[in-house]
Amino acid sequence: MSQSNRVYNVLIVGVGGQGIILASDVLGRVAAANGYDVKKNEIHGMAQRGGSVSSHVRFGRKVHSPIIKLGEADVLLSFEQIETLRYFPFLSRKGAVIVNDAKILPPAVFTGAQDYPAGVLDTIREKAPSTIVVQGAEMAQRLGNPRVANVIFLGVLSNYLDIPVEIYEGVLKETLKPKLIDVNLRAFHEGRALKNGQAA
Amino acid sequence: MKQLLSGNEGIARGAYEYGVKLASAYPGTPSTEILEYIGERYPEIKAGWAPNEKVALEVAAGACYSGARALVAMKHVGLNVAADPFMTLSYTGVNGGLVIVVCDDPDMHSSQNEQDTRNYAKFGKVPCLEPSDSQESKDMIGAALRISEEFDTPVILRGATRVSHSMSLTELGERVEGQRELGLKRDPMKNVMLPAMARKRHPFVEERLNRIRDHAETFEFNKVFPGDKAIGIISAGVAFQYAMEAMPNASHLKLGMVWPLPEKMIRSFANSVERLVVIEELDPFIEEGIRLMGIQVEGKKLTALCGELSPDKVEKALTGATSYNGVGPVDMELPMRPPNMCPGCPHRATFTALKKNKVYVAGDIGCYTLGALPPLGMLDHCLCMGAGIGIASGLSRVLGDVAAGKTVAVIGDSTFFHSGMTPLLELAYNGGNTTVVIMDNRTTAMTGAQNHPGTGYTLRGDGTISADMEKLAEAFGFKRVRVVNPYHVQETEKIINEELATPEPSVIITKAPCALLKTERILPDKPLHIEESTCKGCKACINTGCPALEFVKIEHPKEGEKRKGFSQINESLCVGCRTCWEVCKFGAIQENS
Repeated sequence: MSQSNRVYNVLIVGVGGQGIILASDVLGRVAAANGYDVKKNEIHGMAQRGGSVSSHVRFGRKVHSPIIKLGEADVLLSFEQIETLRYFPFLSRKGAVIVNDAKILPPAVFTGAQDYPAGVLDTIREKAPSTIVVQGAEMAQRLGNPRVANVIFLGVLSNYLDIPVEIYEGVLKETLKPKLIDVNLRAFHEGRALKNGQAA
Repeated sequence: MKQLLSGNEGIARGAYEYGVKLASAYPGTPSTEILEYIGERYPEIKAGWAPNEKVALEVAAGACYSGARALVAMKHVGLNVAADPFMTLSYTGVNGGLVIVVCDDPDMHSSQNEQDTRNYAKFGKVPCLEPSDSQESKDMIGAALRISEEFDTPVILRGATRVSHSMSLTELGERVEGQRELGLKRDPMKNVMLPAMARKRHPFVEERLNRIRDHAETFEFNKVFPGDKAIGIISAGVAFQYAMEAMPNASHLKLGMVWPLPEKMIRSFANSVERLVVIEELDPFIEEGIRLMGIQVEGKKLTALCGELSPDKVEKALTGATSYNGVGPVDMELPMRPPNMCPGCPHRATFTALKKNKVYVAGDIGCYTLGALPPLGMLDHCLCMGAGIGIASGLSRVLGDVAAGKTVAVIGDSTFFHSGMTPLLELAYNGGNTTVVIMDNRTTAMTGAQNHPGTGYTLRGDGTISADMEKLAEAFGFKRVRVVNPYHVQETEKIINEELATPEPSVIITKAPCALLKTERILPDKPLHIEESTCKGCKACINTGCPALEFVKIEHPKEGEKRKGFSQINESLCVGCRTCWEVCKFGAIQENS
């Protein structure tokens, strides 16, 4: 690992039930296995009931705050379109956005009281031109397990972090049930192979 | 090797390493996982859910009176429930060490208020420790137990959402058993708080606090980090982490014991810096303590009394500005995403039946509190655990005919056993004309499905008694007690109507397991289907608020089209509870063939 004081900030956001906590757990363990000091925070409780969920992961030589400062997220990894925009103030001007193309309708939208905003992905791209849009559900379906989308995103994310791929593989093997390891490793590598949202 | 643990895992591990023999708790965010981890990982510790925090503390008191080390865990408002034993435990003292873990929730991520537990430490005249990460959460359990035994006092360990639910690297150790001899030790002058004995114990409490105040001066977790003398920052807990983030080169005094305060240490730190600032969440607790020492200090003029701190807020407080390097917010109105009842939630069915009766509803704390949100909008009161029944009783007695047939109390099963039994007894005893709906979903759902005395299982999943609410209500004197499956919305509505029309108090138990509960499942998990052409677009189903339903607007209506839209079921979310089927008058909702 590098000796500099640089702290990496990854903000993972989405909707309760999408596997955000597992993804951030794996990332935290990966950073720790790479020798970094790690802090990670997430919201539990009421937020789990289909509410907006965020998990902050920070690592470097020494990390104090478990929360990322506004404007300091190096990567905003979002599992849902409008959640990306909700947490945009956290994104650094030099930061990258990885967004799942999923739309999960909030109560005001599925009851017809409000519309789901139009042009969300365009707005994200406008503000963060290097944004990668991932067809998470479609890719996971192709891999034969709709629940591995979060590990696909982790694979995409790995391209932005200076941590050897073997460490991700090791942590995934340790964290997952034996019968799920294979499909998740494939999911991770499919994600890692994605550049600009297209399969390489 | 160090492990990545949450603050709550650290506390559970601390209980293990420092020889805790008994742990008790009632679930409450952000404290819930502490007892869950103890239950899962540490069989050496006798652990179980208590019906409420008062009982949990009393059980722990019994264990420590016998000489054992004990831990009790609760959320901040839990200590209100446990305040009665807490205040006098300070007088009796302990024998084996007792640590009371109380987790505050600044910003109310999942709470009804943001009270500051440090005030209870001062009120009860007991020491209060505050960890700032997971390592300290673990280590301070050891410190708390040592202080508890050395000074014969219960000790509060004040947690907070951002410590309990943050993970950081933690070095683990081996278990060391407590050193006190266990047994039945008669000592009425110390343990029987009759006035004559209590009068002798109060001076002990005051003198003990002075001795702990001296101990605070050398307490290992009160620590100075020398730095730039232009500013000295005093902080504790997660606020210390934010302060270090904002000003790593300043002088810092980190308090691990926030009550009583180490006066000499603070005075010497104050004298060593040009400007003294306290950074703390919620009340100006440390600040006021320092002012009472006659020391000039800045505090709450820089940070808010309400809500939680953040790295940004602390940077602004300390430097007067924030260095923002972000892309900024987006100019687009985003629909809010509040928590919602899950697809198939039995509470949705009960609220739908209540809504048809247009009743005034006094509720309290649980997943059913979400019934307050649109489109259901069916909760008129939520005060604290168990309060709904008492409120409905008071309303109905004062308002008489005005409220007769219109007021209902709703309460969940876990909340009922927590603090609903005594108000139910009051209602039977004094006879207010109201109907109590006990929404029995067979678990403590909001905190993530914990067992309670009505589920038939313990913390560790062992079989045990299952307390019977129906018989309890009958034993209390209720003549009208009915049990109904809430998914039968029309029948439930009819039963509610009948009970509202009866001029005496009554109890309806709507019984169906939580839709997420794997152990007791009655839902068919077969999604329903809406025939688009049959749907009239009346929104009766949509107004149940189920996330598996969507109202699809018709943007370009064909000639003769009267509908503004139609309902659609998301078959990947629908679990087939049939609540929507029950409210559809047009037969548009069908089973998949």
